[in-house]
Amino acid sequence: MGQKIEQDLQRFRKIVRGKVKSNLSKYISRGEMIGKKGNDLVSIPIPSINTPQFRYGNKGSGGVGVGEGQPGQPLTQPSEDGDPQAGDQPGGHILEVDLTMEELADILGEELALPRIEPKGKKNVVTEKDKYSSIRNVGPESLRHFKRTYKRALKRQISTGTYNPVDPLVVPIREDKQYRSWKEVQKPDAVACVIYMMDVSGSMTDEQKEIVRIESFWIDTWIKRHYQGVETVYIVHDAQAHEVDEHTFYHTRESGGTKISTAYELANKIMDARFPASEWNVYAFHFSDGDNWGDDNAKCLTLLKETMLPKLNLFGYGQVESPYGSGEFFDHVSELLDEHDNVVATKVPDRDAILGSIKEFLKTGR
Amino acid sequence: MTQLGFYNTNLPPHLRVLKDEIEGYARGYGLDFYETIFEVVDADDLNEIAAYGGFPTRYPHWSFGMQYEELSKSYSYGLSKIYEMVINNDPCYAYLMRCNHVVDQKLVMAHVYGHCDFFKNNAYFAHTTRKMMDEIANHGNRLRRYAERFGEDEVEAFLDKCMSIDDLIDIHSVAIKRRDDPHAHAAGGDEVEDDDDKPVRFKTKEYLADFMNPPDQYRAAEEEKRRAKARQAPMHFPERPEKDVLLFLIEHAPLKNWQRDVLSIIRDEAYYFYPQAQTKIINEGWASFWHSTIMTQKVLQPSEVIDYADHHSGTMATSGKRLNPYKLGIELLRDIERRWNMGQFGAEWENCDDHEKKRNWNTNAGLGREKIFEVRKIHNDITFIDTFLTPEFCVENKLFSFNYQNQSKNYVVESREFDKVKQRLLFSLTNFGKPWIHVLNGNHANRGELLLKHGYNGVELKVPEARDVLANIQYIWGRPVHLETVIDDKPALLSFDGTEHSHQIIGGDHDTRGKTPARTQ
Ligand SMILES: [Zn+2]
Repeated sequence: MGQKIEQDLQRFRKIVRGKVKSNLSKYISRGEMIGKKGNDLVSIPIPSINTPQFRYGNKGSGGVGVGEGQPGQPLTQPSEDGDPQAGDQPGGHILEVDLTMEELADILGEELALPRIEPKGKKNVVTEKDKYSSIRNVGPESLRHFKRTYKRALKRQISTGTYNPVDPLVVPIREDKQYRSWKEVQKPDAVACVIYMMDVSGSMTDEQKEIVRIESFWIDTWIKRHYQGVETVYIVHDAQAHEVDEHTFYHTRESGGTKISTAYELANKIMDARFPASEWNVYAFHFSDGDNWGDDNAKCLTLLKETMLPKLNLFGYGQVESPYGSGEFFDHVSELLDEHDNVVATKVPDRDAILGSIKEFLKTGR
Repeated sequence: MTQLGFYNTNLPPHLRVLKDEIEGYARGYGLDFYETIFEVVDADDLNEIAAYGGFPTRYPHWSFGMQYEELSKSYSYGLSKIYEMVINNDPCYAYLMRCNHVVDQKLVMAHVYGHCDFFKNNAYFAHTTRKMMDEIANHGNRLRRYAERFGEDEVEAFLDKCMSIDDLIDIHSVAIKRRDDPHAHAAGGDEVEDDDDKPVRFKTKEYLADFMNPPDQYRAAEEEKRRAKARQAPMHFPERPEKDVLLFLIEHAPLKNWQRDVLSIIRDEAYYFYPQAQTKIINEGWASFWHSTIMTQKVLQPSEVIDYADHHSGTMATSGKRLNPYKLGIELLRDIERRWNMGQFGAEWENCDDHEKKRNWNTNAGLGREKIFEVRKIHNDITFIDTFLTPEFCVENKLFSFNYQNQSKNYVVESREFDKVKQRLLFSLTNFGKPWIHVLNGNHANRGELLLKHGYNGVELKVPEARDVLANIQYIWGRPVHLETVIDDKPALLSFDGTEHSHQIIGGDHDTRGKTPARTQ
């Protein structure tokens, strides 16, 4: 490498690492490319700084594409600028990849450096052969498109909630056809249950529910990666708790007060009846804005400590920001952290915090 | 000036032979180019050169380091390889990667001659300097000197601000706007700097005289008078909205001499690079047309056909939904050649409604080759698409338009109707897909404030980012700056006074002009 570019590169790295003061720090993005080493996908961090310029927003924007599709049909994430224009540099190659849920989970795991879950219960191990889906070669575009790599696209889609679980298609950058490969994965023959609980009292806004929806989708994806069978249970609560289906879970709104203990009691009942810890790996995640009846807090802690935690692989509490709530329940849950290593409490003030929160929940490897 | 020790122009003998052969074919087809010098470099060197936009002697800045890191990482993980790199200069410089297969070297050479012909003959390159290698090196020297004298951090911080607005030039009036040698300001300022700066600054003068408007002392004097007047007591200026925001700032902002020169450098380089962005589709199409013609008709050995097909289809493939400029360009050029060969143009053709008759239309006009040479001379991407995109072409190539849905926050297929597709395509090419920004007034509210206007055309700005750009302009202008735009379907004024951002609605019940504006941070 020439001395000249070396200096510019070092300068760039210093800025990215915050070693020198720069007004551009808020424009640093930590994108990554997915590369390949032998048979493994590897993540290649590609931090970049996008100097602010006058640019078009999404509203009213559009462009021209090529291929099949009826009017109204959604596209995969188009280029960030929403335009087909290439830059003034010669090209590289861009590929589009269809991913299975399992590959998606692996990439999330790599992205967040998550440890694999060590299931308890039956330890019979089965081996499956997974095939990476075939990958098509596509044409060159400006090199700057490399910033929009798969992971970055994925991250963006996670944080904007535009990732569509029904049609898991993301547009990353990759080399061409020789990318077909096989990879051995091991799945223990164990089963798991995930119980999601959410406060649906009046103080939870739609945006907060959306954050919960995105977060639980990714938690699901990761947990399902590790078990042969995963059951999910949804519980909504205000001052009372109900078991509901997934759709109702995200679309219920109640105006009552909040009694968190009702949800914990119901979860406990369901566990005992249907998912005994002797046979199931049970996960419980609770999302609320942290507002609770004052009298109820002690009861919640007792329920957790004495009846639930001993049976759970993991209890995760995610607190969204509320314009109304006091947010004090977070402090109560945090009291448990010292003595119980299967408890995690995180705050999720906005969509940008989702990834960090998922990482907190899942880094325990439980 | 041969400061470029970087370039050793000795091609290995076997490539020398290839070069002569392919150059011969290119000239035989009527391509016309400056002397073209091929450099054989390693991948690492090529990544470095590409990071500097083709100019290894470019001024130092972290952004080139960033580009380099991206290129070299994606190369070393086998994700990408630079396929070609050619510099608009006289002589043209082009790069061959040392480890490329021979068939790739041939293809790149053939492709490069297409670009070199385009650079030399296309009207939109007529005003670009052909001595950019020298000029860029000169820019690099000047910036390094400023960094030594005024501090690297200081110069970098200022460069960062300039880069934030380096797209605010007037791409439509090159000839008029380049009337003026911005470097002259560096010496014409009111600050005293060391004398040894001056010769450095004026080095560019010599070549400028060659390719810009010839020196015209009368006009230069007029210009200076006008500027002096504008500096003294500007009541309302510019007289007409000024799209060359950089020029306006260079002429009127209270900059230090070195800052004014830095801004001029940024502007010069922006003007040099913009024709390449403006002709991406047609230029790549032209080069691809010629590499494919030369390769298939003249060069390929039977044993090489497969490798060639592989590489060529690699560059021409269309992604799932993306428009590939190489592909669009070459297909349109082929379509034009076919139509003009068969006489499918002109009033009689246009007015014919008989579908069957049109399909079999062939007057054996044989004007195809001539026509595409004319097209490469006079068109840029916008006029190229506007003139030659046909409904049949859209259907055949499966083009569709897409648009953004506010509800689902997603892009969806919008239409396959020709008019809609064409409109979206032209829009995405207009001003490089960037918003139009003009200077309306440099003495806004009679307080020397700067008023900019976003020429709203249906798509709103990214507001948070626009605020930061405004702050950068404010730093340069020194006084409060304002931007008229449209936010949430309402005309709005974004302002930055050096400490605080504000945002007010213009017109209707919400017009707070003259009252206290709502403060937002
Ligand atoms: Zn090219």
